[in-house]
Amino acid sequence: MSASISARAQTGAVAGGLRRHGLGWWMRQVGLYLALIVGAFLSLFPFYYMFMASTLEKSEVLTQPPHLTPSNQLFDNLSRLLNDSTLDLAAGIWNSVIIAVISTVLSVLVASLAGYAFAKYRWRGRDLLFFVFLATLMIPSQVTYVPLFKIMAGGNPFEWNWLGTIQAVILPGLASPFGIFLMRQSFRQFPDELIDAGRIDGAGEFGIFWRIALPIMRPTLAALSIFLFQKEWSNFFWPLVAQVKTLPTRIGALSGASLIDYSGIMTLTSLSVLPLMIVFLLMQRQFISGALAGSVKG
Amino acid sequence: MQGAVSQSDRKRSGRLEFRLSPKLAPYVFVAPALILFLLFMIYPIIYSFLLSLQTNREGEQVWNGLNNYSRLLGDELFQKALFNTFIVLLIQVPIQLTLAMLLAVALNSKLLRGKTIFRAIYFLPAITGLAAVSVIFRILYADPDGLVNSFLSIFGFGPIHWTLDEFWNRVLLILAITWRWTGYNMVIYLSGLQSIPGDLYEAAEVDGASWTTQFFRITLPLMRPIILFTTILSTIGTLQIFDESYLLTNGGPQNATMTVGFYLYRTAFRQADFSYASTIAYGLLVFIAALSIIQFKFAGDREEDR
Repeated sequence: MSASISARAQTGAVAGGLRRHGLGWWMRQVGLYLALIVGAFLSLFPFYYMFMASTLEKSEVLTQPPHLTPSNQLFDNLSRLLNDSTLDLAAGIWNSVIIAVISTVLSVLVASLAGYAFAKYRWRGRDLLFFVFLATLMIPSQVTYVPLFKIMAGGNPFEWNWLGTIQAVILPGLASPFGIFLMRQSFRQFPDELIDAGRIDGAGEFGIFWRIALPIMRPTLAALSIFLFQKEWSNFFWPLVAQVKTLPTRIGALSGASLIDYSGIMTLTSLSVLPLMIVFLLMQRQFISGALAGSVKG
Repeated sequence: MQGAVSQSDRKRSGRLEFRLSPKLAPYVFVAPALILFLLFMIYPIIYSFLLSLQTNREGEQVWNGLNNYSRLLGDELFQKALFNTFIVLLIQVPIQLTLAMLLAVALNSKLLRGKTIFRAIYFLPAITGLAAVSVIFRILYADPDGLVNSFLSIFGFGPIHWTLDEFWNRVLLILAITWRWTGYNMVIYLSGLQSIPGDLYEAAEVDGASWTTQFFRITLPLMRPIILFTTILSTIGTLQIFDESYLLTNGGPQNATMTVGFYLYRTAFRQADFSYASTIAYGLLVFIAALSIIQFKFAGDREEDR
C-alpha cells in the first residue's frame, strides 16, 4: 500500500467521521487517545527512571521527595563501576559483545544449513529428525541445565573444564531448533527450478546454497539474527551457572553485592539496555518480524 | 548427469569448492546442527532423566528408583513454587493477554494516528533483558522509599511493603511480568488482526452490528488460534520464570514468589544436589506438557462447536 493512497483513505475517513459521528463518538476517540497515552507513559517511564537514576549520586536515588530530573553524576558512576575490581565490568562488556556476536553468526549459519537440508532435499531420516528437532522445542530448557553444567565442569571425554570460558556459554545454544524450523519454512518458498538451474550451470551444492539460496533469505536472516542476538545478549541464567561474566550477570553481581549503590546499578542496567534500544530504533521491522516469526506460519 | 561433470567444470568452480553430490549434501548440511544437538540437547535430556533416578550416597551416585519422584510429590517447597506459578498463571496471563488484545484492537483502528510510534513504545519493554527489568522494578518498588511508594503517599496510601508482604510481593512480580510481555503479545495480536479481511467488518457495519458485537462475533473467533498460541507461550514462559524470582524478589517473603526455576537453581547450584534438581526439572516438564495438552484440548473442542 503506497503512502499517498493510505493518506488519502485516511483523510477521507476522517472527513466522513466529522460528518457522520456525533459527540459520543468524539468523546470515545479522545478516551482512546488518552488511554493509549497513559499506556505509553507506563511503558516508557521505567526507562526514563533508569536513565535518570544513572545520572544521580548514590545517595540521591531513594530520597523523599524523590529526584525526577537528571543530574551530572553519570561519568562518576561509570568510572566507579569500571574501577570496581570484583565487578570486573570491562570483562563483562567484552564477553557480552563477543558471545552475542559469535553465537548469533554461528547459530544462524547452523540453522540455515540444516533448514536448507530439511526443505530442499529428500533423504532418509529427514522427517523423523525434523520431528525430533521440533519436539525438543516443547521440552523446557531446565531439563538440560544440570548435565550441561556437568559437561562444562569437566564431565566430557577430554576432561576440559570450560566453566568461566565463553565457549561454555556459546556451545549449548548453537543448534537452535526454532532457528532451524524458521529457516526450513523460509527455504520451502525457494523455487526448486533455481537449484536445478544452478546445477546445470555447474555450481556445486554448497555454492547453490551459499550464493543463490542464502542471499534471497536476507529478510529472514535479519529477523532471526536479531532474535538470537537479543536472546543471547540478555541471557542471565546460563552465564550465571557457567560462571561467565556478562552484563546481565554483572547486574546480578552488583545488585547482590550492594543494596546501596542504586545509581551504579541503574548505570549498569542502562549500559545493558541501551545497545538493544538503539538497534531496535534502527531496525524496528526486523525486530518485530523476529518476534512474530514463531507465531505466523506456525 | 552428475557423473558427467567434466574435469574442466571442476576447475572452473575454483579449488576451494569441494564438490558434494546432491545425495550426500543434505547429510553434510545437517551434520553441524545434528552433532551440536546430540551433544547439548539429546544427551543432556537422557542424562538428566538417569540422574533423576539416582541419588548421591557418601559421594557416590547410586540408583534410587522412583524415590526422588515420591520425595518431589511430598515436597512442600516444590508445591509452594507450583502454587505461586499457578497464581501468576491464573491472574497475570489473562490480564496481560486482555490488555494486549485491547491495545492491538485500538492500534488497529483505521482512524488512529501515530500507530507506528505507539507500537514501538509498547514493544520497547519486550526488548529489555529480564535481569534489567528485575532491578529496575526492584528500585522503583523499593520499600519504603521507592518512587511508587512516594507516588502512592501523595494520595495517602501506603507505604506498601512490596518485599515483606506475601500478597504485595506477588503483585510486584505480576506487575513486572505484565510490563515486560504485554507489548510482545500485542504485536502478535496486531499482525493477526491485520490479516482479518476488512470486508467482514464493513458487512457487519452495514448490518448495523455494534462495535462490541463485531469484536465478539468476528474478531475473537478469527483470532482463536493466535490466542491459543499466546496462551500456551505465556504458560510455558510463566512455568519457567527464573530471572525475576532471583533478582527482583529473591524468592519473596516465606517463598511467596519462589518459582520452580529458582528452586531448581538452588537445589542444583547452591546445594549441589544434581539428582534431585533433575527430578524437579522432569516434574516441571510433566506440568508443562499437561497444561499444553489441556489448552490444546480446550481450544480443539471449541473448534468442533463451530
